[in-house]
Amino acid sequence: MSTQWWVVLSTSAAAFLLKYLGHLIPESWLEKPRVERITNYIPIVLLSGLIAMQTFTDKTRLVIDHRMAGIAVAIAAVIAKLPFPLVIIGAMATSAIVYRYG
Amino acid sequence: MSIKRDSISVGVAVGAAGAAFGAVAVSSNFSVLQSCVLSLFLFSGASQFALVGILGGGGSPWSAIATGAFLGTRNGLYGIRMAGLLRNRGWRRVLAAHVTIDESTGMAIAQSNEAESRIAFWYTGFGVFFFWNLFTLLGALGAKAIGSSASWGLDVASPAIFVAVLWPRLKELKPKLTALVALSWALAVTHFLPVGVPILTTVIIAVFAGWN
Repeated sequence: MSTQWWVVLSTSAAAFLLKYLGHLIPESWLEKPRVERITNYIPIVLLSGLIAMQTFTDKTRLVIDHRMAGIAVAIAAVIAKLPFPLVIIGAMATSAIVYRYG
Repeated sequence: MSIKRDSISVGVAVGAAGAAFGAVAVSSNFSVLQSCVLSLFLFSGASQFALVGILGGGGSPWSAIATGAFLGTRNGLYGIRMAGLLRNRGWRRVLAAHVTIDESTGMAIAQSNEAESRIAFWYTGFGVFFFWNLFTLLGALGAKAIGSSASWGLDVASPAIFVAVLWPRLKELKPKLTALVALSWALAVTHFLPVGVPILTTVIIAVFAGWN
């Protein structure tokens, strides 16, 4: 089996297990505020890390290129409270234009 | 009934982003079948984008799996809340767990009584599931046809979606600062760690931020 298939299937299994565990765990677990706070911060830090990686890196190098322009537009669009599809399309169009003509 | 209609509307709106996922997955060298299997079985947008981004960017399999799984922990947290509401057993609990995501939980919590919450949960969950999978297939097939991802802006589709998903979580100062620290940290260690690992190390920042 290729690496890709292996990653696809094991991540799917892990993600389902986490969802299912949630449905088995008694609700009193949520009364541990520290656990809940940390769990709430996990998507915040991972998404921030992912944005950094996918915008400013190429393998293990830091780069500034057309992608930065796209993400700047995405940030401006969420600040302006534009609808979700416009945020994505605006970012993609900007990045594509800078890539082509920049 | 308007709860059902609203729930299905959410399904269409969110599901449409599946097209971006299918396209990004294929341009990150995943097959159309692998893209569809991810949407069917992993079925969690952030985890799916993270997985194809890290592996497609040359990251190690382990960092892709671990980041994808960590991003799924919040669904587990939603599950704790939803189980009390749904009170399912057996295969219905398996199905409920699979569609326990941001949108189904959010729509369930937004209703005024338990019966309506249950309707909102199932309709939103399966609405998103259906359209997310349909659009994944279309996006994957489309990307096979167009070629270079940079010339279509596809290389920012994933981080732009992350920006849109992250933003509503940053209303207060502490989450804002935490996000900024995580972003700076990930960039600072990029040169010294294997691809994908910098993202994983940000979990330590979440532990510090949430401790007190």
